[in-house]
Amino acid sequence: MAQVTLNNVKKVYAGGVEAVKGVSFDIPDGGFCVLVGPSGCGKSTLLRMVAGLETITSGEVAIGSRTVNQVEPADRDIAMVFQNYALYPHMSVYDNMAYGLRNRGTPKDEIEKRVREAAKILAIEALLERRPRQLSGGQRQRVAMGRAIVRKPQVFLFDEPLSNLDAKLRVQMRVEIKKLQRALGVTAIYVTHDQVEAMTLSDKLVVMNAGEVEQIGLPADVYRKPASKFVATFIGSPPMNILPGAVDGPGIVALGETIIEARDLREDLAEGMPVEIGLRPEDIEIASEGQAGSLPFDVEFIEELGATQLFHGKLAGEPFVMQAATGEVAAHEGRLWIAVDPDKVHVFDLKTGARLGKG
Amino acid sequence: MQKNAYFKGLTIPFLLLLPQLVITALFFYWPASQAVWQSFLLEDAFGTSTEFVWFENYQTLFSDPGYLRAFINTIVFSTAVCVLSLSIALLLAVMADRQLRGGEIYKTLLIWPYAVAPAVAGVLWIFMFDPSLGMLGRGLLSLGIGWNPRLNGHDAMLLVILAATWKQISYNFLFFLAGLQAIPKSVIEAAVIDGARPMRRFWTIVFPLLSPTTFFLLVVNIVYVFFDTFGIIDTVTGGGPSGATETLVYKVFADGKGGSNLGGSAAQSVVLLIMVIGLTAVQFRFIERKVSY
Ligand SMILES: Nc1ncnc2c1ncn2[C@@H]1O[C@H](COP(=O)(O)OP(=O)(O)OP(=O)(O)O)[C@@H](O)[C@H]1O
Ligand SMILES: [Mg+2]
Repeated sequence: MAQVTLNNVKKVYAGGVEAVKGVSFDIPDGGFCVLVGPSGCGKSTLLRMVAGLETITSGEVAIGSRTVNQVEPADRDIAMVFQNYALYPHMSVYDNMAYGLRNRGTPKDEIEKRVREAAKILAIEALLERRPRQLSGGQRQRVAMGRAIVRKPQVFLFDEPLSNLDAKLRVQMRVEIKKLQRALGVTAIYVTHDQVEAMTLSDKLVVMNAGEVEQIGLPADVYRKPASKFVATFIGSPPMNILPGAVDGPGIVALGETIIEARDLREDLAEGMPVEIGLRPEDIEIASEGQAGSLPFDVEFIEELGATQLFHGKLAGEPFVMQAATGEVAAHEGRLWIAVDPDKVHVFDLKTGARLGKG
Repeated sequence: MQKNAYFKGLTIPFLLLLPQLVITALFFYWPASQAVWQSFLLEDAFGTSTEFVWFENYQTLFSDPGYLRAFINTIVFSTAVCVLSLSIALLLAVMADRQLRGGEIYKTLLIWPYAVAPAVAGVLWIFMFDPSLGMLGRGLLSLGIGWNPRLNGHDAMLLVILAATWKQISYNFLFFLAGLQAIPKSVIEAAVIDGARPMRRFWTIVFPLLSPTTFFLLVVNIVYVFFDTFGIIDTVTGGGPSGATETLVYKVFADGKGGSNLGGSAAQSVVLLIMVIGLTAVQFRFIERKVSY
């Protein structure tokens, strides 16, 4: 077990593609770090540099107290779970798990012990003699996990390990991965573009965009105080509503005719500065007409999600979504008056997309 | 509900198969049956009368020491060509697979020999290794290595083996390269992380995963060395010196040439046919089972 430190890590591919543009953060020993971001933002590249499968153009990667830039993947004491599992198709499940130990000259009885132990933890004891092609997707996933844990590595690396599973299995495996990582206390880096996985698994969330880190923090903090419009719309489902507005005084923004209080807004901003206002669908409250700060919302249709309902429509001419517990709001189309808690109003610079918060 | 597309009746499937059936019948079954029939006939020296002699041609064949030698030659030749062409092609493919950037040129260059007709390939090798004309032949001599494929049987055998191998490498290479590229990159990467050094990785992961390709190539190569090398042997050595490079297929031609011993030649081709059928059947039965995973 060890901490992982990335210091200004860059990757430029042979064709000149700048996949990672100087990323620095560290993951404490036993931490669970999730890298999340849209497709092509460089998550996999970053993970593969930690694994040693990709050379590091500049910067430094350290595992424990050792800089590993020049260390072979095999000697970095890491284990990786791939999106397509990458099991050895010609070997039995047992051999798949034993392979890494055999390569390291582990004694036979020790291998047997560790493989049985891992198989027991993952409930795949009955499958040890099978070949990968005789397994279901979920079972393959477990074998891939087994192959990682028998080695007792310092760091687990996961590259979208659940994206080939169906929705139900994905939720189940997500919980199991988290439990397993807690129980073993191994530092983990997990790449995903699923923001639910990102929120639920991480104790350190790294949001990436176009090769750069947009925000690092506890998942709850990232959700509550997104550092940019990009993070705000990427984390959270359904995504945050973004509406055009302008600064109208200290802690006050104007949305068309309506004045809204935004407690986190910086106070040194010029009046009339164009901004974007972010409102999460789940933070919207019902108000009455004429109430201070209430906004007219024209509902066009309603989506039933079971426990909650999504109201889709237009607000100030912009598409807008509101989420409410089923039954809380009379479900009908037409005009609704809504309001937002001043603590839950996010304001972003129209030009840079940066959060205009108090810091 | 019908799962697959299907045709009503048999007419259309039959018509679709017809061209293939006609070709197979015309160019394979018909000559093969002719060979079988002729192998039971004996023609007199002037070709004026033929006689049905049952297995006499086969008896003569198996008591002929020249036939036994051709048999041994064939085994030496085919084993050497198969082993050499497969292993060299595999080595080249592994190297090309690593350097895929230059791979395109590499691939194109390596496929050229395959486009060369056997006779032309043969002439090429004669010129290169001729002790008095060839660059390489003279080079060998100047290095003090006695080299004369025209007189020395071993030299001649070596020369035809090299020529036949050279010609087959490109074909094997392409299949090996395709096989290597079909191995998912992440499987190799998983093995890297699992601590397998390159050599071990090759023997425990890459080679087993290539085995279906290797098996296929083995079958193709055996058919190649048994039948297709005729042209190369004919141009390079003509079976000589004194039969040192005469393989079974070459002997069929030599004995049947000029119609001197048509029955004996037919018997030889039947034996050859049975051997190849047998070998292929054995391969499918015993090896294929082990190579699927
Ligand atoms: N081997 C390579 N050579 C050149 N460019 C590459 C290579 N691998 C990735 N890239 C580029 O680097 C960028 C980042 O790729 P990366 O695979 O890290 O994205 P990602 O965030 O993992 O995306 P996804 O969610 O789709 O997996 C992309 O623009 C991609 O095209
Ligand atoms: Mg990726």
